[in-house]
Amino acid sequence: MEKELIRLENISKSFDGTLVLDELDLVIHENEFVTLLGPSGCGKTTTLRIIGGFETPDTGRVIFDGKDITDLPPNKRQLNTVFQKYALFTHMDIAENIAFGLKIHNKPKSYIDDKIKYALKLVGLEGYEHRKPSSLSGGQQQRIAIARAIVNEPKVLLLDEPLGALDLKLRQEMQYELIRLKNEIGITFIYVTHDQEEALTMSDHIVVMNQGYIQQEGSPEDIYNEPENAFVADFIGDSNIIDAVMVRDELVNILGTEFPCVDKGFGEMKPVDVVIRPEDVELVSPDKGIITGEVTHIIFKGVHYEMEVTALGFEWLVHSTDMFPVGQTVGIWVDPYNIQIMNKPESEDEEAIPLDV
Amino acid sequence: MFKNKKTSAALSAPYTAWMTIFIIVPLLMIFYYGLTDSQGSLTLANITAIGYGVYFKSLLLALWLSFLCTLICFILAYPLALILARVSKNAGQGLIITIFILPMWMNFLLRTYAWLTLLEGNGIINGILSFLHLPTQHMINTPTAIVFGMVYNFLPFMVLPLYNAISRIDTAVFEAARDLGAGRRQTLFRITLPLSVNGIISGVTMVFIPALTTFAISTLLGGSKVLLIGNVIESTFTQVYDWHLGSGLSIVLMIFIIINMIISNISDARQEAEG
Repeated sequence: MEKELIRLENISKSFDGTLVLDELDLVIHENEFVTLLGPSGCGKTTTLRIIGGFETPDTGRVIFDGKDITDLPPNKRQLNTVFQKYALFTHMDIAENIAFGLKIHNKPKSYIDDKIKYALKLVGLEGYEHRKPSSLSGGQQQRIAIARAIVNEPKVLLLDEPLGALDLKLRQEMQYELIRLKNEIGITFIYVTHDQEEALTMSDHIVVMNQGYIQQEGSPEDIYNEPENAFVADFIGDSNIIDAVMVRDELVNILGTEFPCVDKGFGEMKPVDVVIRPEDVELVSPDKGIITGEVTHIIFKGVHYEMEVTALGFEWLVHSTDMFPVGQTVGIWVDPYNIQIMNKPESEDEEAIPLDV
Repeated sequence: MFKNKKTSAALSAPYTAWMTIFIIVPLLMIFYYGLTDSQGSLTLANITAIGYGVYFKSLLLALWLSFLCTLICFILAYPLALILARVSKNAGQGLIITIFILPMWMNFLLRTYAWLTLLEGNGIINGILSFLHLPTQHMINTPTAIVFGMVYNFLPFMVLPLYNAISRIDTAVFEAARDLGAGRRQTLFRITLPLSVNGIISGVTMVFIPALTTFAISTLLGGSKVLLIGNVIESTFTQVYDWHLGSGLSIVLMIFIIINMIISNISDARQEAEG
């Protein structure tokens, strides 16, 4: 594990009486690509703005590289931000935009010129020095915003939904571009997004947030394969989230039928939530399944078919490369490893909220 | 908007007629009188008169006082516009603006008369001064009094364009400047001021032009002691009855106004090009 770089301790923040962050603790390590992921209003942007110095927390401390920077203004912090809507200076050309931070810090002209060249090359926009920001496309403007930030050699780059305003194709391109950039300059990226696919693609470490709380932290694989609660499971990818009862270790009762699983330590006859990813629901012939059901919908998605199967009174979402026509009776089989058991939320605050994202 | 040219011609006819009768014809008359003498022969004497004596002095004084007025308005208005643009709507922004333009609901002459009672020899300000056993000041009928009156009357015309321009700047731009290391002062001078230059130019135009051409304020607060070019032109028409000279001097004043408007148009066009 790399060295600790930023530590948020017990951060709370409210706006007009609405609590946005509630006693949040977060540690970010050097050279990580960390993504704060969650629906709008979950507190991810506020967390980023507190790190950037644009908001002061009501309680708690921000520790940067061992120093308390809670009350330091943004211009005194060793980090730079890439804003959602680029926030380029429209009265300056591209070179002046990139040079802004360096001029403020009184760097010599030759150093500034070299840096401009280097940064434009890094973002693939060589020769754009004397263009005006308004003559650039959205994707190009965002690259300039990134160039303008990284020439200052920050220890951390904060990115606030930087790809939000771009179209899908460009967004995917920029995702790879950002990973390449991060590897090339080797600094910490803290990235805010509500797009789970973006988070899974780019991050080393994902922090899933909802309602001012961190719901789960971990690698993209951890978050996707082992969601800790129904909110995370629902937010990251498609999933079947079902009420169930843990009968004993390695056996769970789902809607009246017992399924073998691999999870232990939940106790006996304990109500739980079960997550099964649609690609882990296997459709087999009726006699081979643990349960049987009837196909009610089917959509061709390219790589796979997306089907809905009614069984035990529940609509199971299934992704499969095999096609089963609507109305057919099928068996459902789930590998014990693919049944993810989660504790029910203990308080209302942690309650999983169904989302339309 | 209208595909049929006849329709749009018909719709614009009333205003075209109005404009022709009350704007274009008078303007042509001013040019005719300004460029001829009483015998009707062509001359530039009415225009070159501006270079002499009372005309020249009154023009210089008018330029100087309207410059001062514009400068004071700018210094008063810019910080206010900054605050207004940052105060959110629900925090009483509307109320502040209303209070600010409230004096404009009163008649212009009435407002200026109010300054008369404040500034005159045994007016309110001197009353307070003598009550405090301080020496009374001679304020009425001085250029200073005129500047007071101008600033009071024209300040709202400076605040509103500045406020519009500043509030249109995305707040993320200020944050970006701070993020890149700029302090508050550097952000103001390198980002906010240059990005609001259009508002500054239109505010300056809207204060400078009426200040330059005023004769009501200078008549009331300057008595007949302080003559601005506006007063001179007025008396040339109404007392000397020399329409030729009056028109000539008006043309000179028009040139200053046109210069000001050209600058403002150039900056508008540039802003549009930058998006």
